[in-house]
Amino acid sequence: MIDQETRKHIRDSLERGVRYDGRKKDQFRDISIRTGFLTTAEGSAHVKCGDTEVIAGVKMSVEKPFPDTPDSGILMVGAELLPMCNPKYEGGPPDAVAIEVARVIDRGIRESKSLDNHRLCIKAGEKVWTINVDIAPLNDDGNLIDVGSIAAVAAILNARFPSYENEKVDYKKKTTERVPISKVPVAVTIIKIGNSFIVDPAEQEEQALDVRLTVTTIGDGQLCSLQKGGEGSLTVEEIDKMIDLAIKKGEEIRKLIKQQ
Amino acid sequence: MDYNKRVDGRDFDELRPIEAKVGVIKKADGSAFFKMGNTVAYAAVYGPREMFPKFMQDPKRGVLRCNYNMMPFSGAGERVRPGPSRRSKEISAVTTNALVSVVDLNDFPNAVVDVYIELSQTDAGSRCCGINAAAMALADAGIAMKDMVAAVAVGFAGNKIVVDLNYEEEHLPDYVEGLDNKDVADIPVAMIPSTGEISLLQMDGIVDKEIIIGALNKAKSAIAQVSKVQREALKEKFASQIVNGNGDDENAAGAGN
Repeated sequence: MIDQETRKHIRDSLERGVRYDGRKKDQFRDISIRTGFLTTAEGSAHVKCGDTEVIAGVKMSVEKPFPDTPDSGILMVGAELLPMCNPKYEGGPPDAVAIEVARVIDRGIRESKSLDNHRLCIKAGEKVWTINVDIAPLNDDGNLIDVGSIAAVAAILNARFPSYENEKVDYKKKTTERVPISKVPVAVTIIKIGNSFIVDPAEQEEQALDVRLTVTTIGDGQLCSLQKGGEGSLTVEEIDKMIDLAIKKGEEIRKLIKQQ
Repeated sequence: MDYNKRVDGRDFDELRPIEAKVGVIKKADGSAFFKMGNTVAYAAVYGPREMFPKFMQDPKRGVLRCNYNMMPFSGAGERVRPGPSRRSKEISAVTTNALVSVVDLNDFPNAVVDVYIELSQTDAGSRCCGINAAAMALADAGIAMKDMVAAVAVGFAGNKIVVDLNYEEEHLPDYVEGLDNKDVADIPVAMIPSTGEISLLQMDGIVDKEIIIGALNKAKSAIAQVSKVQREALKEKFASQIVNGNGDDENAAGAGN
């Protein structure tokens, strides 16, 4: 955790329009995306945003569908805050912070309703494809939700189904079949410190925040998921402003992902 | 029939291609990336720091605690369930044992040095790859060590002693037909290079004593090669810092493969 002095410094500087690391308030750190480098995953992405670095991998398997959706495949996004990536995390079962990161990313992708679940059905009621996306942060220097979400989506777009013959998945053989997803959901988190709204918080900024809002957009000005976090509160006018910023930043990131 | 040509075309005592780098995880006190063939390990060191839970503290010296984990997408087949398993706990324990004899934590009573080993993809030999990364990360963190530790799996497949088995060789009869001897033995070995002492030894399979001794002798020269790569990677980081004239590693992270 940061000390009171640093917190005050971050706050006071922002009042004067200066960010802790000198960025503009609506400026992301440099983002680089690399995909398809893991041999064991059906799809993979490595995303670096400043010093925050995550990898995401896709594993696919054939499972029994949920009883209430017998002809729908399943997509699940998980994130574990590995103790490797920051001294603040400890081993053991995921705590509320880790679960929130995973769930916000998961909902952002799920609620975009852009996955054609029925095409993942092999035999209704018996066999459907399950797509597991796991996010593993290598180095956490803030904004894991946004960076993890970019990695998850890039890994899904990179994935190719393994071969499935005689009711058996052959992980050694990849097909050319892609995940039937039509949109590119992008989560953008805006944090409020004092009277300032900033994007892509680095770790110290994240620890100094009053309140944050994660907005997942899918293009054409549409939103598919919101999550307010932090102990502070927001007015409707503030939310209005934050969503506008998330839509603008979401467009830029979507372009980067699509270039892959 | 004997096993005459290795599935990936290597010589029988040839290692897979290795890549090694230190300082890849900025938040850590020391870190390393180690890749042997298609097995990739990251290691991050945190500490010495206060140890929790407190009852595990040692008032005489610091404690080394290694944690081995496979990322969910790192297995050759289905997804690996996140969280500790019986296998990962055992590997964590033998990894700690493999490394603890070279580190000197006498100056840090009640403290712990945590080593987190994460595998992003595996193709056999993952505990050895993890140990190689961990030893480099400890050195990168500036922990006092009397030597490095280097590890490689040797084994016996198709009547041949083989060095640095990959997944297919660990399951050789499934990949090569007509072998007279279908026994496969896998022997992960970690060694302290300057003395030749062995700090990790496991074996699964059916073999004669002569084979084991023969394999261990082959491990020695293989480990000398691994150790050389580790040292060069460490030198590279600190040499580049001298050239740059500062402690910032511009190329941190992003090792990948």
